[in-house]
Amino acid sequence: MKQNGKARALIKFAVSAAVALGGLFLLQRLLVPKYVDGIVEGAFIAEYYGEKKDFDVIFVGDCEVYENFSPIVLWQEYGINSYIRGSAEQYIWQSYYVLEDTLRYETPKAAIFNIQSLQFDKSQNEAYNRMTLEGMRWSPSKVNAILASMKPEEQFLDYVFPILRYHSRWSELTASDIRYMFDTKRVSHNGYYMRVDVRPAENVPTGRILGDYSFGENAWKYLDMMRELCEEKGVKLILIKAPSLYPYWYPEWEEQVEEYAQKYGLPYINFLELTEETGIDYSTDTYDAGLHMNLSGAEKLARYMGRFLREEIGLLDRRGETELQEIWKSKIEAYEAEREAQYVKYGMKEENGQ
Amino acid sequence: MLFTTYEFMGFMAVLFLAYYLVPKKCQWPLLLAASYLFYFCAGADYLIYIMVTTLTVYFAARMMEKNADKQAAYLKEHKAELSKEEKKAYKETQKRVRLRWLISCLLLNLGVLAVVKYTNFFISNVNGILNSLGSGKQISFLTLALPMGISFYTFQAVGYLIDVYRGTVPAEKNPFRFALFVAFFPQLIQGPISRFGDLSKTLYEKHRFEAKTLCLGLQRVLWGYFKKMVVADRILAGVRTIVGDVGAYEGAYVLVGMLFYTVELYADFTGGIDITIGIAQALGIRVEENFNLPYFSKSLKEYWRRWHISMCSWFRDYIFYPVSISRPMQRFTKFSKKRFGEKVGRRLPMYLSSFTVWLATGVWHGASWNFIVWGLGNWAILMASEELEPLYEKFHDRFGARGRLYGLFQMFRTFLLVCCLNLFDCYSSLGDTFRAFGSVFTAGNWNVLWDGSLMELGLTMLDYWILAGGTVLMLCVSLLHRTGSVREKIGRRVYPLRFAIWYGLFLAVLLMGAYGIGYDASQFIYNQF
Repeated sequence: MKQNGKARALIKFAVSAAVALGGLFLLQRLLVPKYVDGIVEGAFIAEYYGEKKDFDVIFVGDCEVYENFSPIVLWQEYGINSYIRGSAEQYIWQSYYVLEDTLRYETPKAAIFNIQSLQFDKSQNEAYNRMTLEGMRWSPSKVNAILASMKPEEQFLDYVFPILRYHSRWSELTASDIRYMFDTKRVSHNGYYMRVDVRPAENVPTGRILGDYSFGENAWKYLDMMRELCEEKGVKLILIKAPSLYPYWYPEWEEQVEEYAQKYGLPYINFLELTEETGIDYSTDTYDAGLHMNLSGAEKLARYMGRFLREEIGLLDRRGETELQEIWKSKIEAYEAEREAQYVKYGMKEENGQ
Repeated sequence: MLFTTYEFMGFMAVLFLAYYLVPKKCQWPLLLAASYLFYFCAGADYLIYIMVTTLTVYFAARMMEKNADKQAAYLKEHKAELSKEEKKAYKETQKRVRLRWLISCLLLNLGVLAVVKYTNFFISNVNGILNSLGSGKQISFLTLALPMGISFYTFQAVGYLIDVYRGTVPAEKNPFRFALFVAFFPQLIQGPISRFGDLSKTLYEKHRFEAKTLCLGLQRVLWGYFKKMVVADRILAGVRTIVGDVGAYEGAYVLVGMLFYTVELYADFTGGIDITIGIAQALGIRVEENFNLPYFSKSLKEYWRRWHISMCSWFRDYIFYPVSISRPMQRFTKFSKKRFGEKVGRRLPMYLSSFTVWLATGVWHGASWNFIVWGLGNWAILMASEELEPLYEKFHDRFGARGRLYGLFQMFRTFLLVCCLNLFDCYSSLGDTFRAFGSVFTAGNWNVLWDGSLMELGLTMLDYWILAGGTVLMLCVSLLHRTGSVREKIGRRVYPLRFAIWYGLFLAVLLMGAYGIGYDASQFIYNQF
């Protein structure tokens, strides 16, 4: 009798715990942002895990990589298999840990890092932290990325149990939150965020005078770590500065990066100085007045980058590989379909294709 | 480490586990270690204050008891030799020795409290006087940290010391056990101010794990979190907006702010005490109740028997009674009877003792004139009620005003009175308080109550719905509580319903609690005392 009672109590406890935890799990899935419409940048980092991890080149950085280079062009015209692991305002320590995380799965021949984020020595915005960090799969890299990124008001536990962070989102749920509770849809093209509309760059403001132009110690530390990681893994690290006109890129910053690249023998490409070579036209190749490239600009930069990677780094054309051909075929279809849809959306083409 | 932080919840989880796993004789030492760790987390520098209080009170109490023992032994030994007068004289001498210990220890501990809490208040008043005299001299303020819960643990320790002096409780022989009584962490933040005679009954006992006790304790903790996080911390934004700018938020806004603050104070303080008592219960320790449905009081006098019970009884037992029977007061009684006649002369000393208590209550609540006037305001209303009691009785008899409806009116009247008195607690200066209160009668902006202005106080429509739901739930629980423990009533229901109720409450705290990024949740209001 006593044993029966104990068993019943145990079963009651187990069922209650299962219901309680199951309920919490479902609630958490419902409340976390899905990033499938509106602000989609938060979905980029996670999309990588669904890929066949055999890339020649990995881009890491902020919006200056995920909006400025088209991996489709790199494949179509050079046979280079590339992926962009970038997110909104991705800080350098996040780029480091994202690269470290990537190298757990594969060893690409080159890693391209956009040095814009050297200007930040500590995280500026919790929402941006979330967009990068939540997309990473749990690993020591993710733990370290969180610890390196958290602002004073943030809590590690909120990353472990996101329901604690998004507990009040129930008042702003949309149909997408239910539709994508357990599923998601691709919003990028190998990490590339497409925009086809045009807003010419006019009256670009110059930078305000700063008290100190030196990059912070923390930023340098992570650049050193990134360089050492690449050396250790045999990955060629390439530094770039995308041709975004704003935020302003100071000559003093440029000097520091050039000096660093020279000191360690790293290739460094400043696209701001290569408008002629790349063919960037700020009246047609940007969708937000010079901050980011549109599709036209991103394809031009990809062409330049493809030439560089083939000629300077010696990457081979892999278009002959059947498996990759199959993978890229569907990616190209999705790319072209979105391009057409955006042309219609922004009134650049009639719905019937005219 | 506030009650509403993850760190505290983690701390509690580890403590519960360890508490029931260690040998039972190690339970109270474990609690002592946990209490000091908790206090250390609030600020390592604060430890010295609580240790000084613990050691001095422990030592003084032991010395008093030793003296009392010596006295008893001497009298026993010389029972036959001493005359009645000699015995009395000896007792008086020894009592004076004990009194010296008591007063020295009180002066030291209350002195420390006065210095850390009131020095800058004193300086600001001196500066005000210097200013008004046209002197350019100003005294600089001191940087003094106010140790967490100093008012609570000092009063608790001092209460114990007086009890030992009076012979009500024996002095604790083990300094570590006494240290636990002073530093018992759940009540360090905001009380209640426990008596040694009550708390020690269960504090040092060996406690066997009982799922039911643990569950009942955790249920009370959960209810406390609901009040604090869903109601108090959510309404806080509205309170801050209104009291933060007296010029912009006047008239009808003041009434709204007054109501908001009263709800916030109730939810915050009773919620905090629910957490305290719940944690103690889960550990098998009984902490006395601090509230008894205060907003069902029909008079201010009754309200003060039901609100912050431990503080009120402390002031009654350790200030009111001693002052009332003190020699100067006896002399004053004689004088006033002679001067004003038997009836008035008997009342005046009582009013004077009561004045002392309310002045002390105001000062205890905070170093500001607002609190002093708040205390004296309570005193004035209580004394006026006392004086007008015969008139009320006549009125009640004449108009038959004794029914249920009249009872509700009395409750509403008392609630309104408490709301008005709370204004002194809301605003930072007396000038602001009176200006805000005066504007209720002069601003004439009643339209803000319905023209959408209330949506611009930092609260959305959703916040109002949640607050309304939370307040109604608190009211319903209070109504149910009048006929017995609500938790026990729920406990008698079938398991699925019980589970649904507690899981629902947990989800309400989780989803509707004002915590995390985007919320500026406050520490407990009474934490600052």
